[in-house]
Amino acid sequence: MNMTATDFTEYFKQVVEVMENEKDYLCELDRKLGDGDHGVTMSIGWQAVNEQLNNKLADETDCGKISSTVGMTFLNAVGSSVGPLYATGFMRGGKVVKGKSELNDTDLKDFWTAFVNGVQERGKAEVGDKTIMDTLIPFANRLEETFAQTNDFVSAFKEALLAGEEGMKSTKDIVSKIGRSSRLGERSIGAQDPGATSAYFILSTFQPFLNN
Amino acid sequence: MKKLINDGENVVEEMIDGYVKAHPNHIKALEENDRALVSAKTKDDGKVAILIGGGSGHEPAFMGYVGEGMADGVAVGNIFASPPPAPIVEVTKAIDKGAGVVYLYGNYAGDVMNFGMAAELVEMEDINVEMVLASDDVASAPKEQKEKRRGIAGEFFVYKTAGAAAEQGYNLEDVARIARKTNENTRSMGVGLTPCSLPQTGEPSFEIGDNEMEIGLGHHGEPGIRKVPLESADRVADQLLDVIFQDMAINEGEDVAVLVNGLGSTPRMELYIMFRRVEQVLKEKGVNICRSYVGDYITSLEMGGCSITLTKLDDELKEMVDQPVDCPMFVQR
Repeated sequence: MNMTATDFTEYFKQVVEVMENEKDYLCELDRKLGDGDHGVTMSIGWQAVNEQLNNKLADETDCGKISSTVGMTFLNAVGSSVGPLYATGFMRGGKVVKGKSELNDTDLKDFWTAFVNGVQERGKAEVGDKTIMDTLIPFANRLEETFAQTNDFVSAFKEALLAGEEGMKSTKDIVSKIGRSSRLGERSIGAQDPGATSAYFILSTFQPFLNN
Repeated sequence: MKKLINDGENVVEEMIDGYVKAHPNHIKALEENDRALVSAKTKDDGKVAILIGGGSGHEPAFMGYVGEGMADGVAVGNIFASPPPAPIVEVTKAIDKGAGVVYLYGNYAGDVMNFGMAAELVEMEDINVEMVLASDDVASAPKEQKEKRRGIAGEFFVYKTAGAAAEQGYNLEDVARIARKTNENTRSMGVGLTPCSLPQTGEPSFEIGDNEMEIGLGHHGEPGIRKVPLESADRVADQLLDVIFQDMAINEGEDVAVLVNGLGSTPRMELYIMFRRVEQVLKEKGVNICRSYVGDYITSLEMGGCSITLTKLDDELKEMVDQPVDCPMFVQR
């Protein structure tokens, strides 16, 4: 498949909308584990991104520039821990598609792989720590595996998304080992990680764009 | 929960605006970034600069500690969220007088990443940066995992001693050494009685019964290590002190600074009742209190409860704690 810069921008606009709709749900998840503001933080960040998408990025055709601007805008609006994590992800993703106004299967696979590697490099969390990475690592691993076999991004992404979803759900049953919630110890069991959840939303919002 | 605000989305901007306008002789906002504030007084060339920062909602921390004898600049984040690198970078550039800048902040994942990114960015502009992370909260991780511990109210003593050392002309390495030594010798333990609520959501940060308290809670409304029935102030103080003594031996004849810190909605009356017991216990142990601080120093919006912080002082730290300070929200003569 091929994805144009216009579709790419539209994807980010959809993320803005999803985060706004899921704001209260993410806060609710975070209240069990942290200070209850994950939805607010995501909303602040993506609303700032929305502003850029409608102005500076409205006619941008370089997918790399779109992604890195999204990352930096998000970071400058939120700080926090998700700021540097998502910013690094979108900047690394942006780097591999720099100068491209249309993305083919390989570009798309490379984009998401670089995104996940960037987040991991910044946050240094592993699977099982009860973080964003519990969604992203299984997702990226499955994406690489499946794409290597089929060279088809659409089917590989769908497979990978299922792995990400499983990873997100698995955070319910594990003890938090990193970040503020780690102080809860055993009391963190039973609550799904808000970061793993917002990461899943970012990925799952991409899927509808693959069917077009 | 009720709040005197206009719009939950604008609380940080409106707070900064009011703060800068209330204290024009002490502090000013940088044009480059509205979350970057610096001391209004110009410092001598060659003085090491101190940069502090963190999320909003901890007032008077962190911006209240910019002034003579404490910090030279502050980067202000969203509520309970680390500031991004941009305001940290702008403050650094504004306060560096050629002798380097010490970043003092709490050991939280977000702060570590954002301050770390900022430090990388300013190094490219040939500014030397030292980073010291406060990690005084005994409840946030066991002793074997001390590197995971967060910073809470004890951060105040790190600012105090590092700020004094910088004012006295210590070099970058020595200011950082003083800050690290203070952190090494500081332990805090908190208790929560009632939750706070974020201005954007109005929802309580945790649930707690009328007759319950959370021992060891963090200062962002994170739940504590255990929920137990509320007891008398003396019994609560004893429990908090026991945990501190188990973690850091304080022997007869040693000197300490004490901070009984309110979390936002606990009256001074209760804080002094807590301090009264702390003084009794330390006296029984033959420990000498050099300086005591009682009040709201690092808060969590309207959370109820308090923390006790003890910092062991050698002669060098004692001298630093004693130095005068003139900040908008904290003065010591």
